[in-house]
Amino acid sequence: MSVRDELYDYINENFLYLQPDLELTDEDRFLELGVIDSTGVVELVGEVEERYGITVEDAEITEDNFGSLAGLVRFVSSKRTAAV
Amino acid sequence: MAVRTLDDHLRASAARTPAKTAIVAGDRRVSYDELDRLADGIAGGLIASGIERGDRVGVFLPNTVEGAASIYGVLRAGAAFSPLNPTMKAEKLGQVLADAGAAGIICETAHRGVVGAAAALAPSLRTVVCVGEGEAGDIPFAQLAAHEAPRSLRATAIDLAALIYTSGSTGKPKGVTLTHQNMTFAAASLAEYLEMQHDEVVLLCLPLSFDYGLYQLLLTVLVGGTLVLEKGFAFPGRVVGLLESEGVTGLPGVPTLFGVLLGLRGLGDRELPALRYLSNTGAALSVTTIAGLRETFPAARIYSMYGLTECKRVSYLPPHLIDVKPASVGIPIPGTEVWVEDGDGNVCAPGEVGELIVRGPHVMQGYWNDKDATAKRLRPGRWAWERELMTGDLFKRDAEGHLYFVGRKDDMIKSRGEKVAPREVEEVLYAVPGVRDAAVIGVPDALLGSAIHAYVSVFEDAELDERMLKRACAAKLEDYMVPQRIEIRDELPRSTAGKIDKLVLSAQALERLAAATA
Repeated sequence: MSVRDELYDYINENFLYLQPDLELTDEDRFLELGVIDSTGVVELVGEVEERYGITVEDAEITEDNFGSLAGLVRFVSSKRTAAV
Repeated sequence: MAVRTLDDHLRASAARTPAKTAIVAGDRRVSYDELDRLADGIAGGLIASGIERGDRVGVFLPNTVEGAASIYGVLRAGAAFSPLNPTMKAEKLGQVLADAGAAGIICETAHRGVVGAAAALAPSLRTVVCVGEGEAGDIPFAQLAAHEAPRSLRATAIDLAALIYTSGSTGKPKGVTLTHQNMTFAAASLAEYLEMQHDEVVLLCLPLSFDYGLYQLLLTVLVGGTLVLEKGFAFPGRVVGLLESEGVTGLPGVPTLFGVLLGLRGLGDRELPALRYLSNTGAALSVTTIAGLRETFPAARIYSMYGLTECKRVSYLPPHLIDVKPASVGIPIPGTEVWVEDGDGNVCAPGEVGELIVRGPHVMQGYWNDKDATAKRLRPGRWAWERELMTGDLFKRDAEGHLYFVGRKDDMIKSRGEKVAPREVEEVLYAVPGVRDAAVIGVPDALLGSAIHAYVSVFEDAELDERMLKRACAAKLEDYMVPQRIEIRDELPRSTAGKIDKLVLSAQALERLAAATA
């Protein structure tokens, strides 16, 4: 499974069930649509660190990196590349 | 100039330092002069639209320049504002607008649909102002703000300035009524003990609709400082960036915000020389969080505070005592007095637990349209014209007079620093077809203060699962009221009198918590 599909499944499973009518696109902003709130982002950061074995620094938890599926995929990919 | 009304603070700061930045919101920077003119325009526009002196106008906006300016614009029109949480859903918004008899509301495109549905329940609503694209009949915000300033001063110090809705234990929101005098007094008292300066840069990640958030605007404008507005702290990387780039001097927070910050990697290595103080209220900071904050921000003063919307704030711990008495919320705010009283009205001895009573010019005038609820919180005071506030919170004081919060007399939950009435959540659950019983309790949580847990039993033929119930809550309740956990059980425990026994549920939740951390 691709990183995108893995992350989509995680978000779908843990957050999207609250809004069953919402069809989330990769560019949709989580916060604007009410998909994720502050504690949700904390969970998401923990999940990404554990699943991909990466370390997230404080200043990296931004809307660019964690605010949409596309952003998240970009961020995870760049961190994994950097780690190799 | 003399300050009589809250918007006089803005006039005074605009006259003193017109070019200074008042508000930073995203890419926008607005000077005092611009903010003052914006408020003038909004006031003129509201009056032209038919808003009259004493009318109530809802401000249903997130943390934006428009949100901040609207508060002063409404006041300058001689009307009172009601700050409304932008995550409020249609039914509750309708209830609140109807209760307030609101004549107008200022909202933005994203929430225009909710306002439309709510308006059906609130016949008093005549004027809808929309930031961005609205509906036919709306007044565009830009058009409103382009008006000329109203000519005469329209409110006096004893007029209603704000109607702030707060959760009530009955589940029905209650409107706390505050005059200009109440609020100018409270703002001055807070600015005094926080030692706020004209060069203050306050970062606000809490909603302006929450009175703690609202006062950051009022305080900053009072001292002529700069308020940096953020829409929440979901992306703490941005918060950290702003602390550095804006040279933030004051960070008001709740335990959830500080918990998220302390969980960040790398924050402790940053030097934030400008940061002078952190303040906390809404729920007590744990001793661990205080220790964490002391270590991460060694140069900042930490204010541990306690309050309720009914008088804004009650007490603060002078920051030099934070290591000595970390569990205390300190002494009454300047210009007020408090005491702890037993059931017979006697002042309690040190160490003895009783109800906290508050006296001062910050005490609200009562609950809007609700004499019975008012009589339960306000009672005649020392003089014939004054009333004292019975907080409903249990406290004790030590030999030096420092206050300690012990618990609440009712079952209200404090989650993310905001008050949640279990009854309000239970009513939403009971309304789901198939639900037989519902009980909601608060369970200690490191990040939230209290997490909201719901226990539900369903009728035999009902096909319900936890997610469906959570969805039903998310559709009706503000975000912070949605339970973190919903458990379906065959039956809920009952007391001998047949009532659902929440004490048993709480004890079980604590046991599970202890088992999980063991």
